[in-house]
Amino acid sequence: MISIENISKWYSDFRVLTDCTTSVKKGEVVVVCGPSGSGKSTLIKCVNGLEPVQEGRITVDGDEVTAKHANLTALRSRIGMVFQHFELYPHMSVLENLCLAQEKVLGRSRSEAVARAEKLLARVGMADHVKKYPSQLSGGQQQRIAIARSLAMDPIAMLFDEPTSALDPEMIKEVLDVMVELAQEGMTMMVVTHEMGFARKVADRVIFMDEGAIIEDRPTTEFFDNPVSERAKDFLSKILNH
Amino acid sequence: MADFDFNVIWSSLPFLWQGLQLSLWLTFLSIIGGIVLGTLLALARLSGILPLSLIAATYVNLIRSVPLILVIFWFFFLVPLAIGRPIGSFYSALIAFVLFEAAYYSEIMRAGIQSVKQGQVHAGQSTGLNYWQIQRYVVLPQAFRNMIPILVTQGIILFQDTSLVFVVSLRDFMTASSIVARTEGRLVEMYLFAAVVYFVICFSGSMLVRSLKSRMST
Ligand SMILES: Nc1ncnc2c1ncn2[C@@H]1O[C@H](COP(=O)(O)OP(=O)(O)OP(=O)(O)O)[C@@H](O)[C@H]1O
Ligand SMILES: [Mg+2]
Repeated sequence: MISIENISKWYSDFRVLTDCTTSVKKGEVVVVCGPSGSGKSTLIKCVNGLEPVQEGRITVDGDEVTAKHANLTALRSRIGMVFQHFELYPHMSVLENLCLAQEKVLGRSRSEAVARAEKLLARVGMADHVKKYPSQLSGGQQQRIAIARSLAMDPIAMLFDEPTSALDPEMIKEVLDVMVELAQEGMTMMVVTHEMGFARKVADRVIFMDEGAIIEDRPTTEFFDNPVSERAKDFLSKILNH
Repeated sequence: MADFDFNVIWSSLPFLWQGLQLSLWLTFLSIIGGIVLGTLLALARLSGILPLSLIAATYVNLIRSVPLILVIFWFFFLVPLAIGRPIGSFYSALIAFVLFEAAYYSEIMRAGIQSVKQGQVHAGQSTGLNYWQIQRYVVLPQAFRNMIPILVTQGIILFQDTSLVFVVSLRDFMTASSIVARTEGRLVEMYLFAAVVYFVICFSGSMLVRSLKSRMST
């Protein structure tokens, strides 16, 4: 479904990604972890073309994201993305947040969009909050709505960039629960997270990055039970014992 | 000086009211036109397309380095030359104000657009919205809302500046007051009255700005 082949990326002369290669099959859940600044966010943003790459090739469902004249808006409308800071539109109600792209990008009628929005809001447990504005909601609630907003586009895959790291501890679970459910329903997911419990539970593979390179890319249990690289061992011991 | 006669105000009120209407109408239209054109200039400047941003930047810097009164003059003489027929002082003044104010509004809108977090743009992009849709539905409403107090402040300055249209013999409120002052020989009364009217209008504007600011910070 998602194929990343030998991509490299520079910010002027600073190399953020070095020859990264991996793939995510249909229905697979892949967790990306690694120390701060290792390039996780950058990698995931390259997948839907939010960040351009200088070398290498990325395809999603057969369409090349990195092609010169790629139709990025069409591509992006098929890939959901959830951000660390939710990024709900603060000037729109919850319902408007969910309807905007459905109507403007997919051309759904108002009533179709509303029906889809209401269904997804119910699914993430936010049915009672359609008329509210983001500022009236807790972080956990906002993130669940952000997930619903992505799902409203009926994406073929979902990207998550540290969806719980801006949340207070007591709200992390409500968001992870939604993500676990999504994973179990067979959604193709690429998730940057340090929630190792989540990784163990639903991830098929774990990718470990450091300094812009993919150091390990292995099935979940193998990764946790015997990480090969020193850097991954080091990272795991720090993160599991905090 | 001893005997003030404020009746002169009462008797010339219809005449003054006409002047005030012109001032307010010119202010209103210039604010609308200035914001629309200013927003386009700001978008051009931030577009990342070099020729576009260069043209916009040059325009803004050029306009901001000439006095408004000169621009009003220019358009009074230039527009008829350019289109081959007179368009009247009001429209030439309006064009001058819109083009002049657009330079200032574009700087305000540019700051406003930059105040919207990059993550908002990413959110829009990730759902497949195109550039114009993101500007229209996501960025500009937030930019505009963040900048309302400064936009209103600029509007107050603009209202005061409309008094410059006397140079193309338009009869705005200030000019009307002067005419009454001179023909009736009541300079002190009229200029005092004009000051009070300007003060009341501009002060109400400032209060509006203040209440908007405090409402926004909650
Ligand atoms: N726009 C940019 N310009 C220059 N350098 C950048 C830019 N964005 C990110 N970087 C740098 O690229 C590197 C990788 O950043 P990235 O955000 O992908 O890391 P990350 O693994 O997501 O880290 P974190 O866990 O802190 O989110 C960092 O060193 C960062 O400083
Ligand atoms: Mg990151």
